[in-house]
Amino acid sequence: MSKRHNWSIPYFVFMVLFVVLPLLLVAVYAFQDGNGRFTFANIVRFFSDSNALSTFALSIEVAIENTVLCILIGYPAAWLLANRKYNRSAVTIILFILPMWINALMRTLATAELFNILGVQLGKGTLLYGMVYDYLPFMIYPIYTILQKMDKSYAEAAEDLGATPSQVFWKVTVPLSMPGVRSGILMVFMPTVSTFAISEFLTNNKIKLFGTIIQENINSSMWNYGAALALIMLLIIGISTLFNKNDGEEAESSLI
Amino acid sequence: MVNRDVIIDIRHLSKSFGDKKVLDDINFYIRRGEFITLLGPSGCGKTTTLRIIAGFVEPTEGQVLLDGKDISGIPPYQRPLNTVFQRYALFPHLDVYDNIAFGLKLKNVPEDEIDKKVRKVLKLVSMSDYESRDVDSLSGGQQQRVAIARALVNQPKVLLLDEPLAALDLKMRKDMQIELKEMHEKLGITFIYVTHDQEEALTLSDTIVVMNEGKIQQIGTPTDIYNEPQNEFVADFIGESNILNGTMLCDRKVNFVDHDFDCVDEGFGENVPVDVVVRPEDVEIRKDQSKAEFFGTVSSCTFKGVFYQIFVNTETGFELMVQNYRKYDVGEKVGMQIQPGNIQVMRKPRIRNTFNGEIIDNTHVCFLGESFECKPTELKAGTEVKVEVEFKNIDLQDHQEEGTVNGEVHFILYKGDHYHLTVLTESGEHVYVDTQDIWDKGDLVGINIAARDIKIGKIDE
Repeated sequence: MSKRHNWSIPYFVFMVLFVVLPLLLVAVYAFQDGNGRFTFANIVRFFSDSNALSTFALSIEVAIENTVLCILIGYPAAWLLANRKYNRSAVTIILFILPMWINALMRTLATAELFNILGVQLGKGTLLYGMVYDYLPFMIYPIYTILQKMDKSYAEAAEDLGATPSQVFWKVTVPLSMPGVRSGILMVFMPTVSTFAISEFLTNNKIKLFGTIIQENINSSMWNYGAALALIMLLIIGISTLFNKNDGEEAESSLI
Repeated sequence: MVNRDVIIDIRHLSKSFGDKKVLDDINFYIRRGEFITLLGPSGCGKTTTLRIIAGFVEPTEGQVLLDGKDISGIPPYQRPLNTVFQRYALFPHLDVYDNIAFGLKLKNVPEDEIDKKVRKVLKLVSMSDYESRDVDSLSGGQQQRVAIARALVNQPKVLLLDEPLAALDLKMRKDMQIELKEMHEKLGITFIYVTHDQEEALTLSDTIVVMNEGKIQQIGTPTDIYNEPQNEFVADFIGESNILNGTMLCDRKVNFVDHDFDCVDEGFGENVPVDVVVRPEDVEIRKDQSKAEFFGTVSSCTFKGVFYQIFVNTETGFELMVQNYRKYDVGEKVGMQIQPGNIQVMRKPRIRNTFNGEIIDNTHVCFLGESFECKPTELKAGTEVKVEVEFKNIDLQDHQEEGTVNGEVHFILYKGDHYHLTVLTESGEHVYVDTQDIWDKGDLVGINIAARDIKIGKIDE
């Protein structure tokens, strides 16, 4: 027993070194001024900085838009992929997942170049395009997995009780696939809030997102304010994760 | 002419999945208000038949008539039938009440009427206090009741039940059987029930349809099926039985276990080989040995609760299964008797293997998809012939490579002093074998036949 227990030590060390310590560092920096003294000034600064606040609001807005678009495009795609009538091969699924194997930065650069060649004006449209392109597989995959595993007898039972195929879809398939949609939201919404590369390349920094501001602060050696911003973002992500774990029907409907 | 008494009429139903034929020309009808059971081992086609009636599976051929009208093209959601699924398929995102109300809400039944109906049906299945419970929090038996309520609340013309009790433990199953039977009597709805449990079928049904390998073996009341099985399969599948080779000497006289018995069957002819079925409870052990018809020695005696299951070796070398309320010691000599009315005589479906073959040259004949050496023949190459081989002359090998033809043991019947096997060859034909060796179902075997045992005859027109 005790020997087995020892096997967890390397993982424990890893967690401390690469997860807990950096997080503590962020927290410590966030509550220090340039001279290493304890202060709330960084946090206060954020809440009184209208520029930072509006960027934050915009980030959330873009993240929500991106998530909604990913659901609208990803759900039907996942449904078609999971339906044996329309898709009989694993290759199509791999094709959908394939972009995930290529570094997101490279894909974003390539997309930017493509817009450049086509002469498309960079702006919010191109930003959302890039985000949906990058994050769509993260929405499709969890929904696909849950739809594919779903016991077919639920749909049959509904049909048996008089539901037309579209009623079966809305009254049984969609509610039962909600856990998939929820984890899709987690995997799309959270990372979009903190993204900065996509906005940098696909809007030429015309649109700044929250991640961009953190990056700029850190790049210009304003470690403490950057850390405070990162901490605030972490808290928001953390809260929405907890919110999701509550597993209540309210949680999912409010997130959608 | 439409018979008002018949609610469902199944005509020439066949279904193939790819190359595999799972239903082969099924014909039967169901009377209004009847409790009918489709009974058979797994893979016999009973569930497919039910799914065709429900509309989930399209038949390859044939029709299902409901009240005289062909419903083949009608989707499941428009059929006035409801199903209780094997694993219940209760919607996990809805509570008990909403599960039951699901069908009514789709039909836009007014709210207060739904409420009344749901409460009534909950009472019927004795689940009145559970309406707001989560379905996942219910026990198997309770989920079963909700599944039945969910189907019944729609007042279907026919209720289809697909092995509804298979997931319950024995005690629960027995209780639910009684409740189902009571519900059926109370509601007067036609029940179509699918099960592999012969005891369940005998307990519940008005009519049993015994199926095997996509074909109907027998249709009848439980007592008909039990007392007068029409073939070896039914005799073996329903209850315990001794199935033996016999000879019908003349009307009302049959010989088996090397003894002449009086029986009640007539019209078989004289000295005709037959199969004889005797239920173990019908072999009576006579205390007064002078009244016994034949004798044997007890080889084992096992207590089974209500009775003892006794194996007796007769003096003539046959093994019989006997059930008796009294315990007998191993090695004890007993005298036995069988009442004429308890001897069920069946015509043999075949008395030897018959294959279609073709002459290859004067010492070889092709059948079962392979070439066999045979006795010299005058027939010209290419002549189509009838090949006959006695059951006992088929030689089975443990290793497929040692056989001319490969096959799989498909069905085993113990006949008191030997096993009668049905072997399915790779070409899809049946080879019947009498053997003393013990094989298991599913064993892969090689089949050899000696040249002297192959009898070649002309095909009779």
